[in-house]
Amino acid sequence: MPAVSDLANAAVSGVLTGTVYGLMALGLSAIFGVIRLVNFAHGELMTVAMYTAVVAFQRLALDPFVTMLGAAVAFGALGYALQRGFIGRFIRRPEHAQMLLMIALAMIIGNALLLGFGPDARNVQTDYQLDSFAWGALLLDKVRVYAAGAAVLATALLAAFFRLTLTGKAIRACADNPLGARVAGLPVAHLYAVTFGLGAASVAVAGCAMVPLIDVTPGLGPGFTLLAFVIVILGGLGSMVGALLGGVIIGLSEALAGVLIAPSAKSMVSFGLLVVILLARPQGLMGAGRR
Amino acid sequence: MGSVTRRTFGLAAAGTLALSALPRRSKAAPAKLKVGVLLPRSGLQALIGQSCQKGADVAPELLQQRLGVEVELMNADTESNVDTARSRAERLIEQGASVLVGAFDSGHTSAIAQVAEQRGVPLIVNIAAAPQITEQGYKFVFRNFPPAPEIGRNGLVLLGDIFREAKVEPKTAVFMHVNDTFGQSMAKGVAALLPKLSLPFKVLDTIPYDPAARDLSVEVSKAKATSADLLLLVCRLNDAIAVRREMVKQRWSPMGVVSPGSPGLYEEQFSKNLGKYADYCITNTVWFNPKNDITHAFAAAFKRRFPKDEFAFHGINATYTFDAILIAADAFKRAKSTDHKALAEAIRQTNIAATDRVTFGGPIKFNAKGQVEGNASVVLQNLRGKPTVVLPKDYAEAKLVFPMPKVG
Repeated sequence: MPAVSDLANAAVSGVLTGTVYGLMALGLSAIFGVIRLVNFAHGELMTVAMYTAVVAFQRLALDPFVTMLGAAVAFGALGYALQRGFIGRFIRRPEHAQMLLMIALAMIIGNALLLGFGPDARNVQTDYQLDSFAWGALLLDKVRVYAAGAAVLATALLAAFFRLTLTGKAIRACADNPLGARVAGLPVAHLYAVTFGLGAASVAVAGCAMVPLIDVTPGLGPGFTLLAFVIVILGGLGSMVGALLGGVIIGLSEALAGVLIAPSAKSMVSFGLLVVILLARPQGLMGAGRR
Repeated sequence: MGSVTRRTFGLAAAGTLALSALPRRSKAAPAKLKVGVLLPRSGLQALIGQSCQKGADVAPELLQQRLGVEVELMNADTESNVDTARSRAERLIEQGASVLVGAFDSGHTSAIAQVAEQRGVPLIVNIAAAPQITEQGYKFVFRNFPPAPEIGRNGLVLLGDIFREAKVEPKTAVFMHVNDTFGQSMAKGVAALLPKLSLPFKVLDTIPYDPAARDLSVEVSKAKATSADLLLLVCRLNDAIAVRREMVKQRWSPMGVVSPGSPGLYEEQFSKNLGKYADYCITNTVWFNPKNDITHAFAAAFKRRFPKDEFAFHGINATYTFDAILIAADAFKRAKSTDHKALAEAIRQTNIAATDRVTFGGPIKFNAKGQVEGNASVVLQNLRGKPTVVLPKDYAEAKLVFPMPKVG
């Protein structure tokens, strides 16, 4: 049995990493919750955000947590344009057509990254990257603390946007009843594009927060997409708090499984949890159930 | 003018036949040796393949100077793919390659070895550690690179040399290894050999990890929890960086981080990514002989050709590829022929002195299986951002630092 301090360190590290995972899944959850589009290119967008942070660091010496702001705006605009000019045309088409479109987009992005950056891992090297805060026997990785802080802040801002602003309320109306929203004269195509933009912006924040923790390669995308799906299904499709909670649960369970059972059991435990949740509560922990 | 009678025609025909039956005067020895070089210069193994290629690119000029042999390289990219490796080997043979050299990856090399054997064209393996490559009874396949079990055994034996040199003995160790085919075979080798080597430490825990893991904090935290004196690590590049990074973050400073013969710790990206934290990590591995004249000549030629590259970061790939071409050129010089059989026979008779090779080991002589025995390993420690030979003492470029300085 490991010492209590080892367990506590693993648990804290798991919670912090899980919070960033949650932020990554947030974009997927928001897009699905409103547009009902399953974004199979989600992980690839995250990878593009990570490369953006790497390039900004190498060319402009910008810290990823500074790049985060610009990247969120740029990805927001990119997401808006992508939805308005391209993906929006597929919204009323059969689901398999949407799925193939997003898979094709994922493959194009992944291969374009391979072409542009090559297969080698790239990273950023900030001064504080290898530092940690010591609190008694607890060691808190500085980058994870910053990344989790950014994740919580971004989630709070997004939740506030959806709850407190007129546009946010209109988007929620679209999510609840797209036909009713159209009848009421809401600009549904614009609102969908805003939602996709917000989803892409949260992916940009997550990517910039992740890059000091993980070296980026063009092949990371599918792994991130799968992880985001697990988290979103666990937390409840369309729920923002659910996405964050799902991320924390996955991060924590993987960390504790690694210490208490074996590191190789990490994925087994997280996917086992997914199966249990799907059986006991198919709509996820915070999901609203079938409408 | 007399007419040609049947008799004179018959005599002329008989004379022509007799002349054609006479032994021909032997042709002049061919001017140059065409070497087909097969390497993964694109795809997943591109970085390593390109590093090997640099060793090949330096070879023609240096071999002309040292052996007076003209070598023409016929380069082929295996694209990190077995099928492509096989078809490129076929094409090189069709295009007139007298000998093949390659191919870094064991799987690719096995496929090329089948082609070489079927077509009766000599293949000199530069790098590939799978034992079975020289266990098939092939007559045209030769390897100047130790098989994996030999690398592992040499690496573990050198652990004792480190402790004797430092006069420090760790009592405990934790063994972390990448959980893929290579890592598992190394783990089995370590588990089988350690009890026989009377090393002073006891392995407290063995921690396998996923080679594609995004985050190794849990694995390192588990290793740290053992409070072991020594971390034995069998890794690849990206996971090696992740493990070392987590060790620093978790402020874990064992006496040493030692790999008994895997890549990762001595590579350029490891040092670039980790800066000062890459220093003092140790790998016991095959390497070049820093004391040989030919090594100095090779390093100088390498620097002229690739001024932006640090030679030490190509220490295995470039030098083992060069030595493979050296073996081919040496055989060609003795055989005075590009005939495949004659070349294969000359390669079999190779006897290059330990001082006349770039890589570290005894004389290059092939056994009946086509394998060079006696390729040795060195203790390589990262010092001032560069892999440096610290043992055996006679070949050391710097003094061993063990235990490594504490982090933070």
